[in-house]
Amino acid sequence: MTSEKRLEELREQAWKEGGVPGKGVDVAGGPIPRKPGYYGQAVVKPPVWTWEIPLYFFFGGLAGMSAVIASGSILFHHVDLARVAMWIAASGGAVISPVLLIMDLGRPHLFLNMLRVFKHRSAMSMGAWILSAFGACVVPGLIALELHTHQIFPGLFDQFLRIAAGIFIFGSAIFGTLLATYTGVLIGATAIPAWFLHRTLLPIHFGTAGLGSAAGLLELLGHRIAALNFLGYYAAVVETVLLIWLSINKHGAADRAIHEHGSGWLIRIGEILTGPLSLVLRFFGLVPIAAISFLLGSLVSRFGWIAVGKISGSDPESVFAAERY
Amino acid sequence: MIGEGIKSTNQRKHSYVQDRVEVGFFTDPSVCIGCKACEVACKEWNQVPDDGFTWSGNSYDNTGHLGASTWRHVMFLEQDRHKGNQVAGPMSLGDGEDPFRWVFLSDVCKHCEEAGCLEACPTGSIVRTEVGSVLVQNDVCNGCGYCVVSCPFGVIDRRPEPLPDAGGAFKCTFCYDRQKSGLVPACAKVCPTESIVFGRLDDLRARGAERVQQLQQSGYSDAQLYDPTETSVRGIHAFFLILGEPEAYGLPPKPQVPTIYLKSAWTAAFATAIASIIAALAAFAFFS
Repeated sequence: MTSEKRLEELREQAWKEGGVPGKGVDVAGGPIPRKPGYYGQAVVKPPVWTWEIPLYFFFGGLAGMSAVIASGSILFHHVDLARVAMWIAASGGAVISPVLLIMDLGRPHLFLNMLRVFKHRSAMSMGAWILSAFGACVVPGLIALELHTHQIFPGLFDQFLRIAAGIFIFGSAIFGTLLATYTGVLIGATAIPAWFLHRTLLPIHFGTAGLGSAAGLLELLGHRIAALNFLGYYAAVVETVLLIWLSINKHGAADRAIHEHGSGWLIRIGEILTGPLSLVLRFFGLVPIAAISFLLGSLVSRFGWIAVGKISGSDPESVFAAERY
Repeated sequence: MIGEGIKSTNQRKHSYVQDRVEVGFFTDPSVCIGCKACEVACKEWNQVPDDGFTWSGNSYDNTGHLGASTWRHVMFLEQDRHKGNQVAGPMSLGDGEDPFRWVFLSDVCKHCEEAGCLEACPTGSIVRTEVGSVLVQNDVCNGCGYCVVSCPFGVIDRRPEPLPDAGGAFKCTFCYDRQKSGLVPACAKVCPTESIVFGRLDDLRARGAERVQQLQQSGYSDAQLYDPTETSVRGIHAFFLILGEPEAYGLPPKPQVPTIYLKSAWTAAFATAIASIIAALAAFAFFS
């Protein structure tokens, strides 16, 4: 323990200099704590979530917003784009996301207990239902779309498939927007100061990062069309505004985890990659690089926000400071 | 009370669960001797595993904090302040005034009136019992970890590997099993100075107010009750008498139940959802 090492140092100092000046010894704030708090112990508990959760935030946002792009493109007869977008939505939202979420559970075999109750006051419960509803829309939507494009069934049944595909794709777009944004509510409505102080920013950031990532990935897959470029611009502009908002709306010690430490750097790098950098790259026509920058930035900032939660939750002073707001 | 023998609410049998009476803990550091019998009794009765044997160097507290395997935690506060009318004696270091006091307080789950963990739990594993306490049903919990970040007091935690029953969330059960059989929670039963008092919540609140008055009259000018009834937590079932500021005990001065943040967060989420749909439709309508 560090405190034992400190004690050894003090003994050595006392031996050499014939005494240690000052009353009380500040060993990590003790024995007489000089800072507010109990020996620097955390007041709230930091999140126990590991790498699966930020990765889930990334894939959930990507998949959810892909479904939005799919429904937009199918309305305006970009069937090829809609198919690719639905493949991304289905693999991200119905395969990768549930697997990541189940992996993060302390008791993965009990994952179905998530659907035991419906609690609108629990963002985690709402998220479980949103993800289930998204999966229930996106998988049949993709199957119907593929069957219809390949004209597997001729005649009346194909007309039925066409309508079913439309309804399911529209449904997955609705649940997709919620899937991409609820994660901001999930961490915004907690007792972690740096999170709840930015509870309005978080859903906007997570949702927009999802939309920009979906557009960027589709562009990287070869769909270089003006509509996706517009969505890329839109997301980059919103992210730039959020970066400015985040640097103006500071709360001192209460949310210092966002502006200091390694977590602060993750947030900053993430926001610059998704905001100003991808905006500039897009402006100069470097669309693929802008797309890569945005995807990377939204991944980094998801990890950044979880890191912020860990640091802010372990910092007693940030809890005391936040309660003054 | 001490001297009442088996008639003390800490010792006599009761039927609070059957009668659906709200119960509570009143913990009074002014009579606590820091023996940690409550920690031991809790671990023994509830068969809570040990959570490591590390030396913290923070006074006599090697327990650290409440957690998945620590449901009672005796805090040892060393403060350079007077304890009541205490006079610094000739053993005092330095010149003249060198006040010092040692305060012990047994911390526990607060069993909030509006409990963050209970609201957050997506499985319905955390429930409110007949006596008003908050209970984790361990066979239902799937270890999602959302209650951990939703507790404004940092009480509940997920138990790590390789401890028994790892992966689930754990906290004080208010000895619900004992209470169902008319027994008193283990920590209160064993407390030798009745620093932890168990009983009807309304009785305890009256008793706490009386004790604060008594202490203030005898020179403990900084004695106060810690029971955040003014915040969205709306009061706690396990409340404390504290000397000095709540911050020194690692207690949040104005704890809030995180559900109060839901409205603004969901508003932002819905606004973003609608804006994204409009942006996607506009993109394809105007740029293709």
